[in-house]
Amino acid sequence: MDNQKIAVQIDDLTAAYNYKPVLWDIDLSVPEGVLMAIVGPNGAGKSTLIKAILGIIKPIAGSVSIYGKPYSKQRKMVAYVPQKGSVDWDFPTTALDVVMMGTYGSLGWIKRPGQKEKKIALESMEKVGMLAFKNRQISQLSGGQQQRVFLARALAQDAAIYFMDEPFQGVDATTEIAIINILKELRKAGKTVVVVHHDLQTVPEYFDWVTFLNVKKIATGPVKEIFNDDNLTKTYGINYKVAVNK
Amino acid sequence: MNSPQIEIQIIAVIVAMACAIPGVFLVLRKMALISDAISHAILPGIVIGFFVTQDLNSPLLILLAALTGVITVVLVEFIQKTGLVKEDTAIGLVFPVLFSIGVILISKNANDIHLDVDAVLLGELAFAPFDRFMVEGTDLGPKSLWVMGSILLITISLLLLFFKELKVSTFDAGLSSAIGISPIVMHYGLMSISSITVVGAFDAVGAILVVALMIAPAATAYLLTEDLKKMIGLSLLFGAVSAISGYWVANVLDASISGSIATTLGVIFLIVYLFAPKKGLISVLYRQKQQKIEVSLITFLLHLNRHDEESERHINHLREHINWQEVQARTVLNLAEKNNLIEIKNSVVSLTEKGLTFTEKSLEYIVNNKDEKIEPMKEDFFLFRG
Repeated sequence: MDNQKIAVQIDDLTAAYNYKPVLWDIDLSVPEGVLMAIVGPNGAGKSTLIKAILGIIKPIAGSVSIYGKPYSKQRKMVAYVPQKGSVDWDFPTTALDVVMMGTYGSLGWIKRPGQKEKKIALESMEKVGMLAFKNRQISQLSGGQQQRVFLARALAQDAAIYFMDEPFQGVDATTEIAIINILKELRKAGKTVVVVHHDLQTVPEYFDWVTFLNVKKIATGPVKEIFNDDNLTKTYGINYKVAVNK
Repeated sequence: MNSPQIEIQIIAVIVAMACAIPGVFLVLRKMALISDAISHAILPGIVIGFFVTQDLNSPLLILLAALTGVITVVLVEFIQKTGLVKEDTAIGLVFPVLFSIGVILISKNANDIHLDVDAVLLGELAFAPFDRFMVEGTDLGPKSLWVMGSILLITISLLLLFFKELKVSTFDAGLSSAIGISPIVMHYGLMSISSITVVGAFDAVGAILVVALMIAPAATAYLLTEDLKKMIGLSLLFGAVSAISGYWVANVLDASISGSIATTLGVIFLIVYLFAPKKGLISVLYRQKQQKIEVSLITFLLHLNRHDEESERHINHLREHINWQEVQARTVLNLAEKNNLIEIKNSVVSLTEKGLTFTEKSLEYIVNNKDEKIEPMKEDFFLFRG
């Protein structure tokens, strides 16, 4: 592990809403090529951590680097899947058009997407099994299909690091398996994947790396070594094993 | 038609089209109320600009007043960010204050200023042809035509240049920010263009009706299409059509032109709201009724599927078993029979081959909620169209 490259390096990061810290002095290194879950209770700052890394919210202190450089210089290396509920699915557009948005970053300002971008988008839709729905209006998609569209959009960004905010929320079991298989493939291809995750039961099965977060960082490391009762209890503030076995 | 009449109609069409474009994005961003706030809050900007320039069509006045519009947005966001009040309250706090400052400025200087509160609220399109754009003695047409024409051109150019950016920042501000298309820049860009358009249109249609020109075409188009480009096209069309028909309604009734245009917009919206093929009220009600019948149909088929014993399937006892009213039972039975899903022999109802497949597929859909298997059935039944 020592000679492994660091994909994401976070130092002393503090983020706040209205001067109330929601993330407190976070130090975190994410090694290249891991499939990492961020777990923690509601309000632990999991989404905020991703948003702060991506510059969507401005941290009040600390720094983030992607492969050694600030995020603003490395945008094209990073793909982002926001929470499904963060957008208006009644927006007048098709599934294909949403996936095409994944190519906007590499296009930059003003330049319009063309055939090349369309091809990338169609390929990404195929990977998530959504090609048949490419012309479907997005409000006509089921929750699982919407999540797949978002995943396809991230694939169209063709990045080295993927950040996903609760990609399993509100999807059925089939879609969950389809998504996790794609994430595992990304890891196999050497990509780094960071996922805000809620379901503790599936952590050992899905992920090889985990970060426990509750306003402060509790622990980070390989699932095999640190996914234990001690850390769960520290993060969730209850004796986790007892609570689960009740 | 004489030439002032033609000029008025051209100005009306251009004003309506210039308002329709930012209107689409305001509606999609759920910021319709902001246009109301801007249209009122620019009044002090216009009055002060008028003191400085003495010309309602001066570009300097337009920029000064548009700045007041942007300041309104900043103030609303500032108040909202304190977390003490919600956005609608913040809007309600900011714009009346700015508007009333404008009203006081007008009434204090009523003798020096060629503006009255009526004209501010409702505009006066009929006077637009009197203010001519003269260059070295040549008449180049009404000034407001030039002003609004330029604004429309700028708006269209910006729309074409930044269509992709407007789309992604409106749909998904998080992604937009992450890929470096700053939603804040897009937001203030849109607010600036909206403010400039409102100021330019203000003279012609007034503070209240400019809101109708921004919001109504977009809201109407939204009911008719699921494609952003078509939505913009339809908004432009509705704006232009209302402008011309509104003008002629005013002509016939001898009434306010801007009032007639806004009324026409309202009437068009009402018609579309009622009759739009997918999202219209009538089609929604019809679909709900169909869905209700189809749910009943499936309930009925499942019942038949579950019971082999003839007593459960006897036509005279069915009603008691499923506990339905006669009319509903009759409709469902007819629907099932018409679609060859059931057959009735000696008053005993049984599923046909087709009915059996249909029931099994429905059941599978209800259990798995998987879309692929149901796709072909969607053509025939509303129920599965989500």
